Amino acid sequence: MSLLEVQGVSKQFGGLRAVHRVSFGLNQGEILGLIGPNGAGKTTLFHVVSGFLAPDEGRVTYAGEDLAGLRPHDVCARGMVRTFQVARPFLRLSVLENVVVGALERVSHRRQAVAIAEEVLALTGLADKASAPGHGLTLPDRKRLELARALATGPKLLLLDEVMAGLTPTETARLIELIRTVHARGVTVLLIEHVMKAVMSLSQRILVLSYGELIAAGRPEEIVRNPQVIEAYLGEDFGNGAEAEEPPGA
Amino acid sequence: MMRRIGPGLLVGAILVVLPFWIPSNWQNLLISTFYYAYLGQAWNLLGGYAGQLSLGHAAFFGVGSYTAAVLAIHLGLSPWIGMFAGAVLAVLLSQGIGYLGFRFGLRGFYFILLTVAAAEICRLVALHLPILGGYTGLFIQFRPDPWRFQFKGKIPYYFVSLGFLAAASAIVWLVSRSKMGAYLVAIREDEDASEGLGVDTLRYKMLAYALSAALTALGGTFYAYYQFYLQPNTVLSLNHSVDIMIRPIVGGSGTILGPILGSFLLELMGEFSRTMFAASTAGLSVAMYGVLLVVVVLFLPRGVYPTLAGWMRRKSGAAR
Repeated sequence: MSLLEVQGVSKQFGGLRAVHRVSFGLNQGEILGLIGPNGAGKTTLFHVVSGFLAPDEGRVTYAGEDLAGLRPHDVCARGMVRTFQVARPFLRLSVLENVVVGALERVSHRRQAVAIAEEVLALTGLADKASAPGHGLTLPDRKRLELARALATGPKLLLLDEVMAGLTPTETARLIELIRTVHARGVTVLLIEHVMKAVMSLSQRILVLSYGELIAAGRPEEIVRNPQVIEAYLGEDFGNGAEAEEPPGA
Repeated sequence: MMRRIGPGLLVGAILVVLPFWIPSNWQNLLISTFYYAYLGQAWNLLGGYAGQLSLGHAAFFGVGSYTAAVLAIHLGLSPWIGMFAGAVLAVLLSQGIGYLGFRFGLRGFYFILLTVAAAEICRLVALHLPILGGYTGLFIQFRPDPWRFQFKGKIPYYFVSLGFLAAASAIVWLVSRSKMGAYLVAIREDEDASEGLGVDTLRYKMLAYALSAALTALGGTFYAYYQFYLQPNTVLSLNHSVDIMIRPIVGGSGTILGPILGSFLLELMGEFSRTMFAASTAGLSVAMYGVLLVVVVLFLPRGVYPTLAGWMRRKSGAAR
């Protein structure tokens, strides 16, 4: 059954067609990758799906419910939560407090929220930084915190916007492991990613967006052979075993 | 446990016996300190915790003080009851301003301007409403009777203002420890990120505004029955809004002790500049007060309490 259904969604900014008539479905338990060149409209699509932007046309349905008119916190309450491309920790709060805010979506009492937060920090490998302030974190830790806060809300569907960007290969490998763990616990994942190794190894299906339009959809091995995708995004060298970890423009 | 409660009990005991041992000008100074700390605490909830800077809290103050006074003068209603009518009106006003501001996404400077404009409108309305005494304002006849919120001597006012401050501080403390408190701080830090994590930012900002306005209005009633005179250009002025917000900012906004420390410091500074300079040249004391304020803000940009707390932490860390 489709957990998320996006039907003919368009979003325009002035003269710019950021997203144009995009349709796709996301099944319960799936990991779906969303790739495409910079400016293809991936993040805009996330904004629309998560309720931060209203689509100009089209419909987003989550678990059978039309999300039109719902604000992001409503969407979060229904079990869909997103991370931000540029990590936005609450800078003057401790790492634990950051995660507590997310956990309060599930429980009303601080004590319970703290317990959930501590559990999530252990899972995400941030337990030893629990009392550090948000502004003191390194980039990889900020990315982890972004994920930890989202997980604390107890999501059924996790929207990850470039959580791997700027990480070293070792850190990337750890984060891939973490996303696998979360997925194994029954969370459905939609991820925007430029780090091809991550997308290819995690995703069961991949969507390719270019100039706001969906140009391809399929299994990872189909996508890497798709001539349109190679031309628009991956580049000629990608299929030839080149060390193109990240395509140009990433 | 004793180490944490002990100092609190000591401070409480000192505050209870203190007014009986000090001259009346000192009593005035302390009443003023408590009362501005109380207003600062009310402002702190919205401005300090939720990060929504209001430069128009005089509006709620005015609504509270005028409502209680008018109900007492015309209907003989005790201000102890009338003050809650004032609080209800202030909440309604705050929800009107809040809806306009928050619903339509006004943030930062634009929200501040909206609050200033709302307070100015209230001032102009008060200037032209006969029932509020217009320009000359309202005089309250002195008829000592605790039920009328009128007391003989300063000491009862001392304890009422201290009680107000203690109650407001307790409320803010409870809020800060609750889900609402965590959400308000998250909104201050990053509104969009909070919204994405399930925080109904509109609802919680409105709640903080309502609570802040209600407390401010109750404080207005205290003022009315301490000064026995309300005048639009005083109680509803921009100056007064600044007076309300400056103490928590100087003391450390978004902390419980900030408004209290800020109020003590500013009251002492005001008194110091008055006794030192008022006699020599007219206006010099106000100028010196300004200079002292600039010095404090320059050297303690985060506010007195956070700076002090950080310094104490470092000191205790070094001792270990």
